[in-house]
Amino acid sequence: MTAIEVSNLTKKFGNLTAVDKVSFTVEKGEIFAFLGPNGAGKSTTIKMLTTMLSPTSGEMKVGGHVVSENKSSVRERIGVIFQDYSLDDDLTAYENLYYHAMLYRVPKSERKEKIESLLKYVNLLDRKDDLVGKFSGGMKRRVEIARGLLHSPEILFLDEPTIGLDVQTRNFLWEHIRKINREKDMTIFFTTHNMEEAEKIATKIAVIDKGRIIITGTSKEIMKRTKTKSLESAFLRLTGYDIREENVSALERLRNVRRMRR
Amino acid sequence: MLFLLAFGFGFGPVFEQAGAGNYMQYLIPGIVGMAVLFSSVMNGVSLIWDKNFGFLKETLIAPVSRISLLIGRCLGGATTSTIQGMLVLLISIPLGFTMNWLMLPVAVLSMFALSFMFTLLGTTIASRLDDMQTFPTIMNFLVMPMFFLSGALFPVSNFPAAIRMVTIINPMTYGVDMLKHAMGGATEFPALLDVSVIAVLIIALSFIGTRFFSRLEA
Ligand SMILES: Nc1ncnc2c1ncn2[C@@H]1O[C@H](COP(=O)(O)OP(=O)(O)OP(=O)(O)O)[C@@H](O)[C@H]1O
Ligand SMILES: [Mg+2]
Repeated sequence: MTAIEVSNLTKKFGNLTAVDKVSFTVEKGEIFAFLGPNGAGKSTTIKMLTTMLSPTSGEMKVGGHVVSENKSSVRERIGVIFQDYSLDDDLTAYENLYYHAMLYRVPKSERKEKIESLLKYVNLLDRKDDLVGKFSGGMKRRVEIARGLLHSPEILFLDEPTIGLDVQTRNFLWEHIRKINREKDMTIFFTTHNMEEAEKIATKIAVIDKGRIIITGTSKEIMKRTKTKSLESAFLRLTGYDIREENVSALERLRNVRRMRR
Repeated sequence: MLFLLAFGFGFGPVFEQAGAGNYMQYLIPGIVGMAVLFSSVMNGVSLIWDKNFGFLKETLIAPVSRISLLIGRCLGGATTSTIQGMLVLLISIPLGFTMNWLMLPVAVLSMFALSFMFTLLGTTIASRLDDMQTFPTIMNFLVMPMFFLSGALFPVSNFPAAIRMVTIINPMTYGVDMLKHAMGGATEFPALLDVSVIAVLIIALSFIGTRFFSRLEA
């Protein structure tokens, strides 16, 4: 069964083409990574798939429904962790999650327990009654992660979920993602510019650059087809070495991360 | 509040000389209406706020019909605005205002209906705006005239014919008149007409607001 089906998806902002005739499919139960440098069009694609932005042209089917025709059925089936900030600063961590549980009709009897166990996982249970406006950037991100995992959608979208997260929370997130993927057969669609992450977690990867998908496949397939030994060199070969400022900074950041790990 | 005192004590004597009774008594329902009008339309700002700070995404993505998002939001806003109206009423008591207190529930209900209508108006406008700066302009060019040309300060029948035309298409005229039915005071129209106008506006604005909400992007 197909969870996501996209053909010739295009989004223009004025004369800038952010997403350019993108086509791909994601099977049910897959963990699909959208890998690309800054400004590649990852978030724009996610926003269109999740009904938040209307495309300039092209077709999208999510959970069996044509997105443009049946937004509410799509919304019933998805969960989204956005890249941009989306908490209410005037509510506490607990209240932010509670509001989400109400919107997604999590049964009243389960709400408190679920919220508290997720807040415990992201190490914020002792801060649950503090206003999120007073949290640090990483703590806010952790609240968003916990909130995104509160209900169990058919398809979960995560837009650069690990940016700004500490190692413990990152590990918890991926472990949890693997677990719900396995136990509930939940389809996962996530974006990243971290190759290691894509390689380790995803069952299928699409590399996107300048609005276009360059290659799709498992990390092994991609390395084989580009005749490279690592996903990083495959990525570099595919996106080219051209010095776009944003591109350089993404790779630079990535290299620094690797250096730190060594 | 300053406004209330200035108008109340400034125009009061003139008004009484003209033989129209106690001006304070006339003015209070209008001032309650003003508090409700201003704070209700300003409720729209919270939508722009949520848009700019990102929280709106969380609401828009939810599997909830757009009309319930709109109505839910506006019921919340209308509640705070009603409380503001009640506060003005409370403050006016030591200033000598009296009314048939058995009518108090009707007065509160009227305030709430009016608050809800104007919150819908403010929210509908806000759904088409992206920045905070535009909102004060709307207050100046829409809300202030609505207030002054409503019979909140002077009876509509005293206005010159040209301005009377404007007052007749001004929703606030009916809102203030409705409050006067509930709180006592000389009214211009039958209560049924006031209530109908407000009800029709609530329905129309819910419809338009829902359309605009469906088109919101983040
Ligand atoms: N609302 C918008 N108006 C105009 N241009 C936009 C808008 N949103 C995105 N863009 C442009 O579209 C392009 C793709 O942006 P997008 O946010 O999809 O990139 P991304 O792959 O998510 O990058 P990042 O890794 O930095 O999150 C960029 O050039 C961006 O400037
Ligand atoms: Mg992005």
